[in-house]
Amino acid sequence: MMGAGALFTIALTFGWLSLFAVGGAAAAIPEIHRIAVDLNHWMTDPQFADAYAISQLSPGPNVLIVSLVGYQVAGIAGSLVAMVSMCAPTAALAYGVSRLLNRVGSSPWPALIQKALVPVSIGLMAASGLVVAIAADGSRTAAVLTLIAAVVAAVTRVNPIWLLLAGGVLGFAGFL
Amino acid sequence: MPGLLELFLAFAKMSLAGFGGVLVFARRAIVDKHRWMTANEFNETFALCHFLPGPNIVNLSVVFGARIRGVAGSIAAFTGLLGPPFLIVTALAMVYARYGDLPVLRRVLDGVSCAAVGLLFAVTWRMMLPLLKQRDPVAIVVLVAVFVAIGVLRWPLPQVLLVAVPASFAATWLARKRVAP
Repeated sequence: MMGAGALFTIALTFGWLSLFAVGGAAAAIPEIHRIAVDLNHWMTDPQFADAYAISQLSPGPNVLIVSLVGYQVAGIAGSLVAMVSMCAPTAALAYGVSRLLNRVGSSPWPALIQKALVPVSIGLMAASGLVVAIAADGSRTAAVLTLIAAVVAAVTRVNPIWLLLAGGVLGFAGFL
Repeated sequence: MPGLLELFLAFAKMSLAGFGGVLVFARRAIVDKHRWMTANEFNETFALCHFLPGPNIVNLSVVFGARIRGVAGSIAAFTGLLGPPFLIVTALAMVYARYGDLPVLRRVLDGVSCAAVGLLFAVTWRMMLPLLKQRDPVAIVVLVAVFVAIGVLRWPLPQVLLVAVPASFAATWLARKRVAP
C-alpha cells in the first residue's frame, strides 16, 4: 500500500485510536495489534512482536511503535504520519485542558475520575502483555525467559535496557 | 526559566536517555536537575496527563512547555521529545525492512521480545499492587473485566471503553458514597 490514500488511512486510524488511548501507549497495544494485524493485515504476528521489541530497544516514548507500523505500511512518510496523528490531537487536548484547569482551580472530579480510570488502564496494560506474548508465539523456553525477566524487573530497579540486551544476547546464542 | 532552545534540548536529552519509558528521566531532569518544577507540581501535572487520552509523556511535554513559554514552548518540548527518537526508530525500521528475515536477527529479536513482555508484566504488577493491598473489589472487577474483554476476547477498544469507563465511574462513585458517613 502506497501513496496519499495509505497516508490518509494511517492518519485517520491513529488519530481516532489516540482518543481512546487511556493510560498511555502501553495500554493501546492490543488495539494497535487488532488494527494492524487482524483488521488491515498490515503486518504479521511475528512482525508485530518484532515491532514491539524494536520500539522498546529504541530510546524515547513507547508510543514510537506506531511509527514502525506506519513504516511497514507507507515507508518514511507513513512512519511520520503515524507518530504525528497518534500524538498531536491528544497533545492539543492536553494543552486545552491544562489551560482550562488553571482557571477553574481544583474540583473533586479529577480525583474521582482518576480512581475510576486506574483499574481500566491497568487492565489494558495486562492485556498488552498477553497480546504481545501471543503474537511472539514463543516456545516454552521463551515463556520461562519472559517470566524470569518479569520477576527480575519486578523485584529490582535494574535499568530496562540491560534486561532487553540480555534477552537479545540469549536469543543470539540460540537459547530460544 | 528556560528559553525555547533549552526546552527543546532538555526534552531531547531525557527522551534519548529513556529506555522503556521516559517518565523517570523527565522527573529527574525537570525536578532534580533544572528545578523547573517542585516534586508536587510535577506529580500533579503528570496525574493530569496520565488520565487524559494519548501518550502520557507527550502530553506532559506539551503541558510543561505551555507553562514555560506558551504555544511555542509546547512545540519546542514536543519536537524535542519526539524528533530525535523518531529518527532513530525510523532508521531501525529501515534496517528491519531490509534484514528482518535474517535468522540471526530473528533470534535476537525473539529474545528481546521475551524481555520486553516480561518488563511490561512487571510494570503492570507494580501498578496493580496497591489495588490488591486495598482489596478494592470495584477496582479489581473492573481491571479483570477490561483485561478479559481486550486481551482474551479481543473486543474493539472504543466500544469496551464506552462501557467500562462509565461503569467504573458509577461504581466508584457509589462505593465512595457508601463508605462516607
